[in-house]
Amino acid sequence: MAVITYREALRQALTEEMERDPGVFILGEEVGRYQGTFRVTEGLLQRFGEMRVVDTPISESGIAGMAIGAAMIGLRPVAEFMTFSFALIAADQLVNHAAKILYMFGGQITVPVVFRGPAGGGAQLSAQHSHSLESWYAHIPGLKVVAPATPADAKGMLKTAIRDNNPVIFMEHAKLYSTRGEVPEGEYTVPFGVADIKREGRDVTIIAYSQPVLLALHAAQKLAETEGIECEVIDLRSLQPLDMDTVLHSIRKTHRAVVAHEDHRNVGFGAEVVARIQEFAFDELDAPVLRVASADVPIPYARNLERAAFPSEEDIIRAVKRVLA
Amino acid sequence: MKAEVPVKKTLPGSLTPQRLVELYRTMLLIRHFEEQCAPAYRQGKMGGYMHVYIGQEAVATGFIAHMRDDDYMLCSYRDHGHALARGTDPRRIMAELFGRYTGVAKGKGGSMHLVDVERGFLGGYGIVGGMVPLAVGVGYAIRYRGTDQVCLCFFGDGAMNIGPVHEALNMAAIYKVPVVFVCENNRYAMATPVEFASAVPSLAERAKQYGMPTKQIGGMDLLEVYREAEEIIRHVRTTPEPFFVEVLTYRFEGHGIADNPTNQALYRTKEEVEYWRQRDPIVNTARFLLENGFATESELLEWDAYAKRQALEAVAYADASPEPPLEELYRDVYTDMEVQEWR
Repeated sequence: MAVITYREALRQALTEEMERDPGVFILGEEVGRYQGTFRVTEGLLQRFGEMRVVDTPISESGIAGMAIGAAMIGLRPVAEFMTFSFALIAADQLVNHAAKILYMFGGQITVPVVFRGPAGGGAQLSAQHSHSLESWYAHIPGLKVVAPATPADAKGMLKTAIRDNNPVIFMEHAKLYSTRGEVPEGEYTVPFGVADIKREGRDVTIIAYSQPVLLALHAAQKLAETEGIECEVIDLRSLQPLDMDTVLHSIRKTHRAVVAHEDHRNVGFGAEVVARIQEFAFDELDAPVLRVASADVPIPYARNLERAAFPSEEDIIRAVKRVLA
Repeated sequence: MKAEVPVKKTLPGSLTPQRLVELYRTMLLIRHFEEQCAPAYRQGKMGGYMHVYIGQEAVATGFIAHMRDDDYMLCSYRDHGHALARGTDPRRIMAELFGRYTGVAKGKGGSMHLVDVERGFLGGYGIVGGMVPLAVGVGYAIRYRGTDQVCLCFFGDGAMNIGPVHEALNMAAIYKVPVVFVCENNRYAMATPVEFASAVPSLAERAKQYGMPTKQIGGMDLLEVYREAEEIIRHVRTTPEPFFVEVLTYRFEGHGIADNPTNQALYRTKEEVEYWRQRDPIVNTARFLLENGFATESELLEWDAYAKRQALEAVAYADASPEPPLEELYRDVYTDMEVQEWR
């Protein structure tokens, strides 16, 4: 299998889907001539032309609305947000329009649109560029929300997202774009609603998604080497739909769990996972489920403060040891 | 109906007397349909908000008259008139208002979210100006496919102070999408007068800076709306480029059902309402039909009675229709997956 970066995997998915389906087009700020701020759309304008790779003004509501409108009459737009922090400007379009059109019109109008772009932080971009908002979107009925952590998942899930007939919030992580991984040759897709066990273990289940999956895997490696603790690492990959079966199955084996994400802890996505664990597997638990999350503060600029705000490998290790204590 | 009567100069070029009568009867249907809404609402047969279009009938009727079967339209929450003008079954519209399963959206959308996909009516929207960016996307998809369809987007004067509307107008002009932005300036965004809300009271003037043709037209005279709309839609279909048209109109009733005469007295005078009622598009079209010999008194009465009967039949149909089954609660959230039922 070829080893490629997360950004290349996304680009492959876009290229293959645009070749497969002439209704797929891309729009967003700097996606064309500038080749994409994170280089995901590099070369696509040259390959597919300006009707299908559409540079837009800095108008997030306009971008989202235009994508939704085109989707309503059968195209398959992929709208890129420069970051999901900026997508807040388009929140009305995502929440009041994309999410609700199918339902409020009695199932008669579908909105096959993908909203993608970087989420999360970690490059000293401070408060307005470093927000994890997945729990906001997962809260809204009608939206699907996914956050793949590896190049293989990124490619397979973006292809699934583009073929999905529902609006999909596709959250990448700025720190993942340059990470590398094996990506299968040939056509494949990764379904939504299926969590992936990225590492098997018997002692504690670590539940994560997006970039913290990598932290969890490092933490698990260290714990195995230094303490002989075997962690099972589950990558949720998809938050809505959410695969609780894989999580509950693992907890029936390990009886202990830690949820790790970059979302804030307060009303964060982990709270939902913990609530469902206690609802469906309370008797299996030997310890309270712990959460590792971002501090409940706007993300600061200073390097040391930012590092302290985000969850770390050490935080996960500490949490695992606490649930085992 | 009066085909033997020669067309007088005052009739716009393409308008035949028969077509004018059809449009007049559409306006009558809208008026009677909405007049039946108030008692049904008071009887508790409808919930939510109830925004009627009474007074503005000439706008939807005159514009939609020029839509081809394969064209599209979107509009705001004041959408009964648009759906009726587009030819949607009044019984199914009323059933939607009653929250019944036979409604145009299975009773899940209500008054503000009428829809008729078969006729290219892509919905009424409850967020002021929220659907204007969607129209740009519809227009973009038309360009993408290279057809000569057009999209009409109806919104009120209040929408002109919503940021995304300005993003949409700018993007429409950049991508040269075949969208007619029909701003129905009925003078009040709820109770806020357009002169207060807009630093530049002429909304067509404001839109001029977006690099598309703009025009301000009167909205109380069906013949004027029809003539202007024909020219504008033809221009957009053949150029293609977007067009912004400000239509000066007036709602005779309050903003919504809760905006009663006492509330209305806070923002407008009886004299003002009376001034506009003198310009009632239905009364004036009737007069025109009579004066030109396109209709007789008895025909006018007959058409009026027919429209009222249609409205009453719609109410009876809605009343007799079943509520949606409870399974509908969990349907249509996603196209392909079930939402978990928790209770």
